[in-house]
Amino acid sequence: MKKTLATLGLALMIALPLSAGATPKQDQEEFQKYFMERFPNTPFEDFVNGVYSIDAASREQWMEIEEFAPYELNITKGEELFNKPFANGKTYASCFENGGIGIRQNYPYFDTKRGEVITLELAINECRTANGEKALGWKKGAIADISAYMAYTSRGNIFDIEIPDDPRALAAYDRGKKHFYQKRGQLNMACADCHKFYAGNLIRADLLSPALGQLTHFPVYRSKWGGLGTTHRRYAGCNEQVRAKPFPAQGEEYRDLEFFHTYMSNGLAVNGPGARK
Amino acid sequence: MATLKIRAKEQDGVTTVKTLISHPMESGQRKDSKTGKLIPGHYVTELTAEHNGKQVMSANWGGGISKNPYLSFKFKGAAAGDSIKISWVDNMGKSDSAEAEIK
Repeated sequence: MKKTLATLGLALMIALPLSAGATPKQDQEEFQKYFMERFPNTPFEDFVNGVYSIDAASREQWMEIEEFAPYELNITKGEELFNKPFANGKTYASCFENGGIGIRQNYPYFDTKRGEVITLELAINECRTANGEKALGWKKGAIADISAYMAYTSRGNIFDIEIPDDPRALAAYDRGKKHFYQKRGQLNMACADCHKFYAGNLIRADLLSPALGQLTHFPVYRSKWGGLGTTHRRYAGCNEQVRAKPFPAQGEEYRDLEFFHTYMSNGLAVNGPGARK
Repeated sequence: MATLKIRAKEQDGVTTVKTLISHPMESGQRKDSKTGKLIPGHYVTELTAEHNGKQVMSANWGGGISKNPYLSFKFKGAAAGDSIKISWVDNMGKSDSAEAEIK
């Protein structure tokens, strides 16, 4: 059974039109070129605004919301939480470069010592447990507020995710890429189906956002949620929407996906936290 | 944490005030998914805005207004540098207020 699966997996890998022999840099160039050609009226920097960069009507409504955005309450709360010392007297600033200010664009990164992808939320919780505090829930609440504050202090900073010259880093990137292009769930759809090939099209009453620049505005205040949520909250939701069992938040699958997904948007600026429908 | 964020801007004699209020605005119609019991209503019932000691706007709200409400209104008779004060009272007797400078 295992051998058959391995052979099948290998066959699928070869069959995938994009993976054979392409380097991550080539993938990234192809990816960005695809969206620039698909949406010629959208300047590159504007892709950080998702559907609002490709649809004028919804952009107008979104700009009105941005005048006094709902996530402002979360940023204030996040700042308070970020500055509050742990029971041992230390603060989050002690765990991060530059005291945790203006560093959102460095995540996720591949940690060559640990051999895994580190996301911002993972780093936040590891900071807590290292200082004797309980870990926070991964998808919403305090962790989203703290992540929102950290993203807000990093607005305008350009993403430049690196893939270190380490076969494990490349493997993580490849796993993330494979996840993105692989069909899953009862509806048998891949992330790429909605967000690359059908980006800009309508799915019931919603417009499909382009995958380019998709993560720059996280954590996100979604009107649907009536609150703020993290990247992995949305990943789980997307998996559920195609009727696939979601992976655990901050598990290897979603971290590898986030690694690939963010790398594809190198060159774009942080604009989190964001407000979306 | 203060529950009101206020921004006020005066232009051509008209002051536009925008405020984002942090409040659960629980309607009283929702049921707790675990216990099956109704979650008691907890919402702002009255909101007032004052300028120079005079009330310039008052609103009667209920459970139909959503969580963390955003309100925007305009009024005449203020100048940049003046102060606007917004206060709310809810059905559980809680209240809060905040002031902001009109820019």
